[in-house]
Amino acid sequence: MAETIFDIQDVGLTVSHQTLLSHISFTVAPGEFVTITGPSGSGKSTLLLLLATLLTPTEGQIIFAGKPQQDYEKTVYRRLVSYCYQQPSLFGNTVADNLAFPFQIRQKKVNHDRMVAALAEVNLPADMLKKHITELSGGEKQRVALIRNLIFTPKVLLLDEITTGLDAVTKDTVHHVMANFNKQGITIITVTHDESELAAADRLINIVGGRMEVTA
Amino acid sequence: MNQLIVNPSALIFALALVALAFLISLKEKIGLQKDLVVGVIRAVIQLTIVGYVLTYIISVNRIWLTLLMVAIIVFNAAWNARGRARGIPHAFVISLLAITVATGVTIGLLLLAKAIAFVPSQIVPISGMIASNAMVAIGLAYRSLNGQFHDKRQELLERLALGANRYQTAINVVREAIRTGMSPTIDSAKTVGIVSLPGMMSGLIFAGVDPTKAIMYQIMVTFMLMAATSIGSTIACYLAYPQFFNANMQLRTIQH
Repeated sequence: MAETIFDIQDVGLTVSHQTLLSHISFTVAPGEFVTITGPSGSGKSTLLLLLATLLTPTEGQIIFAGKPQQDYEKTVYRRLVSYCYQQPSLFGNTVADNLAFPFQIRQKKVNHDRMVAALAEVNLPADMLKKHITELSGGEKQRVALIRNLIFTPKVLLLDEITTGLDAVTKDTVHHVMANFNKQGITIITVTHDESELAAADRLINIVGGRMEVTA
Repeated sequence: MNQLIVNPSALIFALALVALAFLISLKEKIGLQKDLVVGVIRAVIQLTIVGYVLTYIISVNRIWLTLLMVAIIVFNAAWNARGRARGIPHAFVISLLAITVATGVTIGLLLLAKAIAFVPSQIVPISGMIASNAMVAIGLAYRSLNGQFHDKRQELLERLALGANRYQTAINVVREAIRTGMSPTIDSAKTVGIVSLPGMMSGLIFAGVDPTKAIMYQIMVTFMLMAATSIGSTIACYLAYPQFFNANMQLRTIQH
């Protein structure tokens, strides 16, 4: 296994003459829990999108597990480095449609038991599978979206303020899931303002005005 | 054949109907007066020219001239469909390919079945019908693709983030766009004879052809248009959707 799972080397992003990020360099060890903080609009989410290959750096490069990002087949990479949006949109009609999607894109038979087990991990009952997505609360949607990313275990989980706006109980459930997966060796990189997530992190990376400021 | 009553003076009288539309537009401040005048002038000039061209092509009956006329029709249809693509890259080439295949396959099958003969009086008008219907279907499909890639952007981004490839990301959007492209043809097939009496059939009956024969031709045309719009919009959508992604398999922002 590579000593670092991510080696971010002097990465920058400029879009339409506007520099969103510049000179970002840090490494992440396998199994580490890293939290990115900083004021709104500082470039935290942009950095996460670069790590997810949903944006491409205009300067520098990102090495993942010993190989430059661009050397990976994008679908393979994104299944290894799974990105969860702040306000995810569920698709199809039911919760089952969403949890079946990771199986379908891997051309695997949909495993009902695995979907039920995944729901149980985030304290959702099995009959939730049949529920229409428009009937779900915000917290339920966020949990379904999270397990959609985790039903096939990735190497890295990128979480963009996924607990923002959730009630305390749901937040605890999500934190518990994050801690559990981290214990299993999954690297977690989150963007958050949440105090308990900041406390749980192995390391904080502070981004201000598109640049790294302090590494605690 | 019955005597045809359309002569130049009858056409001038028919122009009075356009004047009525003009007056309504003026009075109701609809603002279509200029378009109406341009439409009338273009229709008269284009149809007069095409009338003489068709008369010549039919009288000389040369294969290359017939094919040239079909090529011009297909080219114009592709050019117009491209206008509906609103920024989709390579829309003209995609439309040209889709309309060429739709027209070629449909006419090829009709020729094989001996439903039509390779004579300009049949090939040229039928190509026009197929190409114009494929053009409309493809235009609608493009509009649907643009709309969905805009409205469902977040959902599509999430599919990509989960590791879906371009096809897995966009397939539902593509299916919906094909449905949208084909729906006018299907709706008109469902209501043909009940709501609408199509132009070709009406024209044949006007010209004195036995209505049952005219109807048989219309059935053939209905089937042929279903095939053509299906082939055209499917090819166009399958070639157009990858244009919404960049080389890094990220969603591109199409500049309208």
